[in-house]
Amino acid sequence: MSDSLLNVDGLEVHFDVRQPGIFAGSRPLKAVDGVSFVLNTGETLGIVGESGCGKSTLARAILRLVPMTAGKVVLLGSDLAALNKDELRQARRDFQIIFQDPLASLDPRMTVGQIISEPLTTHFGKLSKDEVTRRVKAMMQKVGLLPNQINRYPHEYSGGQCQRIGIARALVLEPKLVVCDEPVSALDVSIQAQIINLLKDLQDEMDLSLIFIAHDLSVVRHISDKVLVMYMGRAVETASGDTLYTNPRHPYTRALIAVVPIPDPAEERAKDRTLLRGELPSPMNLPSGCRFRTRCPYAIERCATEEPQLRDVGASRVACHRAEEI
Amino acid sequence: MRNTKRKLLEVAHLDVDFDTPEGMVPAVAGMSFELSKGETLGIVGESGSGKSQTVLAIMGLLAANGRAAGSVRFAGGEILNLPVGRMNRIRGEKIAMIFQDPMTSLNPYLTVATQMTEVLVRHKNMSMQDARKRSIELLDAVHIPAARERIDMYPHEFSGGMRQRVMIAMALSCSPKLLIADEPTTALDVTVQAQILSLLGEVRREFGTSIILITHDLGVIAGVCDRVMVMYAGRVMEYGSVDDIFYRSVHPYTRGLLRSVPRLDMTGADRLPTIDGNPPNLLALPKGCPFVTRCQRRFGRCESELPELREIDHGRGKACHLETMQ
Repeated sequence: MSDSLLNVDGLEVHFDVRQPGIFAGSRPLKAVDGVSFVLNTGETLGIVGESGCGKSTLARAILRLVPMTAGKVVLLGSDLAALNKDELRQARRDFQIIFQDPLASLDPRMTVGQIISEPLTTHFGKLSKDEVTRRVKAMMQKVGLLPNQINRYPHEYSGGQCQRIGIARALVLEPKLVVCDEPVSALDVSIQAQIINLLKDLQDEMDLSLIFIAHDLSVVRHISDKVLVMYMGRAVETASGDTLYTNPRHPYTRALIAVVPIPDPAEERAKDRTLLRGELPSPMNLPSGCRFRTRCPYAIERCATEEPQLRDVGASRVACHRAEEI
Repeated sequence: MRNTKRKLLEVAHLDVDFDTPEGMVPAVAGMSFELSKGETLGIVGESGSGKSQTVLAIMGLLAANGRAAGSVRFAGGEILNLPVGRMNRIRGEKIAMIFQDPMTSLNPYLTVATQMTEVLVRHKNMSMQDARKRSIELLDAVHIPAARERIDMYPHEFSGGMRQRVMIAMALSCSPKLLIADEPTTALDVTVQAQILSLLGEVRREFGTSIILITHDLGVIAGVCDRVMVMYAGRVMEYGSVDDIFYRSVHPYTRGLLRSVPRLDMTGADRLPTIDGNPPNLLALPKGCPFVTRCQRRFGRCESELPELREIDHGRGKACHLETMQ
């Protein structure tokens, strides 16, 4: 499993934000600021962080849904940034996305059949109608929808079933990489488990690589091989799922894990909640040095002057000056 | 009934029905529970299980097509379907409520000062100066930094977590006996969620407020509640102490729910156990138990006869035909 499918190197996405005043001009907001990772075939990378940390922007930049400012994204050996319009369209067969809000991401005036067949007719215009229908029905079956409901509309389905339609639409092209942007956070607990299992089954069956974005660390732990923790546009720690949860190195990762409520009253009562103090700093006005230092209980002088870079600490990669001591 | 004096809230045989073009929707059916002073009750259930409609009925805030029947006694007096004028004296002053989305429950056109002082001037006949002073104290109590300056800001100038703090401060301004929190942390990051939950704990300790906490997150329930009520399709499935529900649940639905939650303290087991199927349509409920179609322990009687909610021990009850879970 050493063949890498996706190589992201030093990815940056900056947005220009106009400043108040006529002559103030604009300043960059560094939504993603130098993130690198490698994703292998059949692997799942989980990305976690608070809202505004840049996790969705990172994923969208990889899919070229927002322009990147700097860096390189190489999928299956081709540099996505260098592709022209036609080539990009071709390449899009290989990477698809599943969104958070299952109902809002489906066109209410299209039937399920039309929704799932649209990628097919867009990319393979020559397919016969019967062949399209056959593939759509097979896909519906795969994601647990009844193929005879092909002419129904999204509003006739529940949230969990709508998410299944979204998954079918993403997978009908048999892509190599699927980005799941908070795919289960709008769903009920009992439905969440169904969708997570479905994604895992389809991954095994189709040899998919997944980028799984979520704010729920328990869900991410369950599905991911590797996890990347982001804070204010930066990767602060990456490690295999088990290492990250059993031996978190970065103070931010520790805090994130500590605040996840566990459905066990005794453990919750015994828990030492070293709560994160304070609020996220403004992304327009980042702290000097380490971005996390304003909320970090371990911050020292060095943290204010020198920005820590990702480095190997044990089995993890951590961006913290004091990773060994903590 | 023993110790009636210590019961703050007694709900008996509460039904909530909605008149819709498709027919009568029984959102809540046969709901009964009690809440003592200083106690925190968690109501857990999936969307559409009736948890929100239960508290909206208690508050007299049902939509125009909704009707509530049964009995809700607050501090000894009947409050269900009171005329608006009399209910307004209870709402805000004796029972306060906070909602899921703090932005839509604050008025974006008014400063926090205006919105907070309005409550105090109206219910407590305070002068503007006193009301302002008290409001600043309350904002301090919910840990809003620089409350004296921040009170003159508009809601959009606060972050999501800060807005929820403002809501809690407003809810506390008349020292209510009962605070109802409907999914108060669902829209917030886990880090902020932990802060808000510990704040609710403080509120309860310092003000002696009884709390009803509605959530779909079993982890949240485990951390803050004394007693728990599990709802499904408008009915109470099981109630008991938090330890009873989490360690000695006697209802197949509760057990299924607990098993299907991905847990952070669990190494990634391959598949999550799920509850198959979807919640029933309230317009076409099964004849017997509402959970019958998804229940793994169903037997003949479940399909024909609705299990009544029965007390099986002191403060412990279930609606299930099974005698034991073994």
